[in-house]
Amino acid sequence: MDLSMLWYLVPSVVMFACGIYGFVTRKNLIAILISLELMLNSADLNFVVFNRFLFPGSMDGMVFTLFAIAIAAAETAIAIAIIINIYRSIGNTDVTEINKMKF
Amino acid sequence: MDITLPILILAIPITMFLVLGIGGVKMSHKLAGILGILGMGTTAVLAYIVAFTYFFSGDANFILDGVRQQYQVFDVTWLAFTQTLVVNIGFLLDPISAMMLVVITTISFMVHLYSWGYMEGEPGFQRYYAFLSLFSFSMLGLVVATNIFQMYIFWELVGVSSYLLIGFFYKLPSAVSASKKAFIVTRFADLGFLIGILLLSFYTDTFNFVDMTTNPEGVLASTGGATFMGASVLTWAMVLIFTGGMGKSAMMPLHIWLPDAMEGPTPVSALIHAATMVVAGVYLVARMFPVYCVVDAAMTFICVIGAITAFYAAVVACAQIDIKRILAFSTISQIAFMMVSLGVAYDKPIEGVHYSGLGYMAGMFHLFTHAMFKALLFLGAGALIHAVHSNNYTSMGGLRKYMPITHVTFLIGCLAIAGIWPFAGFFSKDEMLAAMFARHWFWGAWMTMVAGLTAFYMFRMYFLVFWWEENPHYKEHKPHDAPWQMSLPLIFLGAVSIVAGFIPFGELVTWNGEPYHIHIEAPVAATSLVVAVCAIALAAAMYMKKNALPTKVKNMCPALWTAAHRRFYWDEIYMFITHRIIFDIICKGIAWFDRHIIDATMDAFAKITQKTSYAIRGMQSGEIQSYVGWYIAGAVAVAAITWLCLI
Amino acid sequence: MFGNILIWFVVIPVIMMAGLGLCRNSSMNAIRAVMVVCSTVLLGLSIWLCVDFLRLREMGVSDEMLYTGSWMWYAPLNIHLAVGVDGISVLMLLLSSVIVFAGTFASWKISPLPKNFFLWFALLSTGVFGFFISIDIFTMFMFYEVALIPMYLLIGVWGTGRKEYSAMKLTLMLMGGSAFLMLGLLGIYWHSAPEGGQLTWNILEISRNASIAPEWQNMLFCFTFVGFGVLGAMFPFHTWSPDGHACAPTAVSMLHAGVLMKLGGYGCFRIAIYLLPQAANELAWIFIVLTGVSIVYGAFSACVQTDLKYINAYSSVSHCGMVLFAILMLNTTAMTGAILQMLSHGLMTALFFALIGMIYGRTHTRDIRQMGGLMKIMPYLGVCYMIAGFASLGLPGLSGFVAEMTIFFGSFQNADLFHRIFVIAATCSIVITAVYILRVVGKLLLGPVQDEHHLQLTDATWFERLSTVTLILCIAGIGCFPNWINETIQHSFAPIMAAIQSAAL
Repeated sequence: MDLSMLWYLVPSVVMFACGIYGFVTRKNLIAILISLELMLNSADLNFVVFNRFLFPGSMDGMVFTLFAIAIAAAETAIAIAIIINIYRSIGNTDVTEINKMKF
Repeated sequence: MDITLPILILAIPITMFLVLGIGGVKMSHKLAGILGILGMGTTAVLAYIVAFTYFFSGDANFILDGVRQQYQVFDVTWLAFTQTLVVNIGFLLDPISAMMLVVITTISFMVHLYSWGYMEGEPGFQRYYAFLSLFSFSMLGLVVATNIFQMYIFWELVGVSSYLLIGFFYKLPSAVSASKKAFIVTRFADLGFLIGILLLSFYTDTFNFVDMTTNPEGVLASTGGATFMGASVLTWAMVLIFTGGMGKSAMMPLHIWLPDAMEGPTPVSALIHAATMVVAGVYLVARMFPVYCVVDAAMTFICVIGAITAFYAAVVACAQIDIKRILAFSTISQIAFMMVSLGVAYDKPIEGVHYSGLGYMAGMFHLFTHAMFKALLFLGAGALIHAVHSNNYTSMGGLRKYMPITHVTFLIGCLAIAGIWPFAGFFSKDEMLAAMFARHWFWGAWMTMVAGLTAFYMFRMYFLVFWWEENPHYKEHKPHDAPWQMSLPLIFLGAVSIVAGFIPFGELVTWNGEPYHIHIEAPVAATSLVVAVCAIALAAAMYMKKNALPTKVKNMCPALWTAAHRRFYWDEIYMFITHRIIFDIICKGIAWFDRHIIDATMDAFAKITQKTSYAIRGMQSGEIQSYVGWYIAGAVAVAAITWLCLI
Repeated sequence: MFGNILIWFVVIPVIMMAGLGLCRNSSMNAIRAVMVVCSTVLLGLSIWLCVDFLRLREMGVSDEMLYTGSWMWYAPLNIHLAVGVDGISVLMLLLSSVIVFAGTFASWKISPLPKNFFLWFALLSTGVFGFFISIDIFTMFMFYEVALIPMYLLIGVWGTGRKEYSAMKLTLMLMGGSAFLMLGLLGIYWHSAPEGGQLTWNILEISRNASIAPEWQNMLFCFTFVGFGVLGAMFPFHTWSPDGHACAPTAVSMLHAGVLMKLGGYGCFRIAIYLLPQAANELAWIFIVLTGVSIVYGAFSACVQTDLKYINAYSSVSHCGMVLFAILMLNTTAMTGAILQMLSHGLMTALFFALIGMIYGRTHTRDIRQMGGLMKIMPYLGVCYMIAGFASLGLPGLSGFVAEMTIFFGSFQNADLFHRIFVIAATCSIVITAVYILRVVGKLLLGPVQDEHHLQLTDATWFERLSTVTLILCIAGIGCFPNWINETIQHSFAPIMAAIQSAAL
């Protein structure tokens, strides 16, 4: 069976929507981070898919995705470090509690 | 004429005011008094010299071919409104201003002298003399005004000096409110005066008296027949200007301030509220007389107001207890007499009348004699009050034995005002009545009746004060004649009141400067004399010896007596209008409106802004999640709208 | 640049601020010395300017503006620091410096933070002087804002009563006015040149070009007149005045009522009427109605107030209404009257506020119901208060009379019924003014002493006397010899009248 582009894009959209839903609704920083990763991955998927189907001769999308994955890894590491520090200083990782910098 | 004397006449009193006003605190009473008296004495001498030069020198500036001229000694620009409409300050000499110079300085000097005794030891003695000087300055400036605006300027200044002097005893609430009342009522009248000047000067394009009075037809023509609400503009202007006169001269219905003004020291009442300031209205009409003559309606208005006021004041005077109030109402009545006299005068010959300007001459004559004998009566009243420490005749009675000088001079005053030959009032009143009869029998008859009432209430007062029965208080506190500073003016003014009638006034003061030879109108004189004698006899019957007749008369119609005693409730009416309507409804209403509508609207803008910010500030939570939520909702909305629009 | 005398009117207050900056906060004498020296120099400078101006006019120099100078400030928008004065500005400068001088002495014992107080005070003066010397409407507007902002702090910090509320209200309302004004001024700028020419902010050039289209003029006139009218306490935008004045410290009330409110009248005159003459002819009636209402309304409101400062603030509404009213009559005499009224009102309100401050400093109340018989206790202040009152109710010999009469006689030259009715309504205010002035004088100064404690109070000190005497001399000077003012400003109206008349054709 010949898979069209749609077969890849629909899961990507579903993944992105899940990511947004999780990002907006979850209060736990770890969960938010996971949602963020979901969105990133859906975007990566789109890059790869569009590259493969629309510009088969070029590799730009693939390269971009590799960069994104690397940066996401670094970002996750930093975020986890911050979250751990927050957890150490205030005892939990609930975003509604973290409002010290508001004022 | 050299301008030094006229300038000094104005400069000395104002300098005295400044010296005593600023430096007075450091002076002793004696020094301040002497300075004041000397200043005024010098002014009086200078004024006499000027007046005599004017009347008798025969200089061509003053009298030309037997006709007295109007002469502007100086006239300098003070303020230029436009190229043509310029306010000058000047010094106009003509028969009436020369006459007024004499009257004002004489009375003022007498009052200065008298006050030295009367006000002795009062705190603020220096201030008192300062104010007297200010008043004298303003009044002199008023009478020598060359233009109507200068008159208005000094008109306001006499108003304020009157305010300051009425409120001289400023710790007494009654004096404070009386002074306030006097100022506001006359100010209200001055509003009319001001609007009148605005109208008149708009059309004539000049303020100058000489320009207007030498060419009244031109004044009439300059309005170009403009009318407003059925009356010509000139009529409006002249009636409004007369309103100013009504205020100062206490004509109905603006008379209410004068009786209250008696709260001031008695010499002040003599000077301001009997002899000089209150006749400013009469003087104003006399000044503008030729212009009034071309507006019949205004002249009739003056007559009617004058006649009503004269009668009203005379009736009220019959029912007063306070002797100063009686004199105040008598002043109102006498000034109204002068007004009617001016109102009936004509500048053109009328059929069957030998001299048409008679009313003018007679009014001025009466102004002159009245100033003398009314000042005398007030100063006499002052001496009485000084002796018994009360204003009411109920605390007096039988004083003729204790105060012979006061008694004799007071009697002279009463005879003069009643119009008994050979006292001054007889001659002037006779001329006025003759003028009124000449115009129409009604005015003559009406005013003869008022003259009778005058004789009655004056002698009612005289008998109640000097005869009736002795007050028991005299045993504890024996009244006696006043010191020489006070007696001297009484004697002097008494003497003047006897002889002033024989002055050939018609030769000196007439409306057009042509001499007029006064001769007694026998029928008129006889009638008024008989009426006066009858009235005096009636007063004698009722009040000479203590008897029950006055009470009986009073009980015949108590409502009338009470109404007259309460001055026919004019004060209550004014109180109602000013306090209940203007103050409580208009002023408070506006203040409420300002706070609760206008200001509240402004506050409401602020409040709405604030409420809105509070309402939407929850969106600025600082929570990235909600921002993202709003962002996505927005993005979806935009996408949806775009999509809808594209399809 | 510094060769131009006018620049020094801005430079001296700046020097004053620098001098104050050097003083230590605790050394009251140093602060006073700086203030006294600088304000005296300013006064001297403005007197010299006045004399020199008259001398130049005498010599036949008939330029519209003298001492002109112009320095580019921001080229892309053609903004200049352009200065120049005519007779009116000269008198306004004189008035401002007299009031700054008197205000310095009236706030001799200000506390707390005297240094900061005088710093803001000096900044305020900078704005005021800058406004009057500018002929570039952008810098004029800038100085206007410079004068407004210190007001907020001066009232908010040194005020009394509900000072935060009042300071906020005053600033916001005036800023609201400024917003309108900014719109109007920008509109004038964008239409300031004929087709394709260089746009300009300069008043003289704009009026010479006369290029603003009538339909635009109407809109811009409303914007600018309302903008300045707010500052001139025009009904219904006057409510900042009672609250603001009531809470402000003495010297600030003096400067605000005495000078700042004049900025409104001056601006209406110099910008709204002069630059937009056609609209002025067409729309004057709307504002005549509003200002006519102001005059009577303010006077009636003053009759029932019990706080001395409120009475005075409402009386200012009435008197400043008279200024705008006269300007709108669009004839030389009435406008002369408006200028006289600005001077007169400035001096006498400053005197009033100074005296109220002095009385308040002693009795610690401004409620007239709690005071009485003060004439006995403090005769000097009492007499001064009466003089101020008489000036306010228009006694001849004092400045109020001259100003009001010139306004009435000028306004009466417009012979139609509409103008007549409003002029007569305005004349009625002289009676109402007498009522509220005499009411206050009667309650406050005369009658028996209300409060036993007041018997221990003292009369004026030397610096208070100096402050009041300066103002009284000026009031009496104008009142007795008014004609020199007429001579000073007579040339200033010719261009304005020419603009109005050519627009009317």
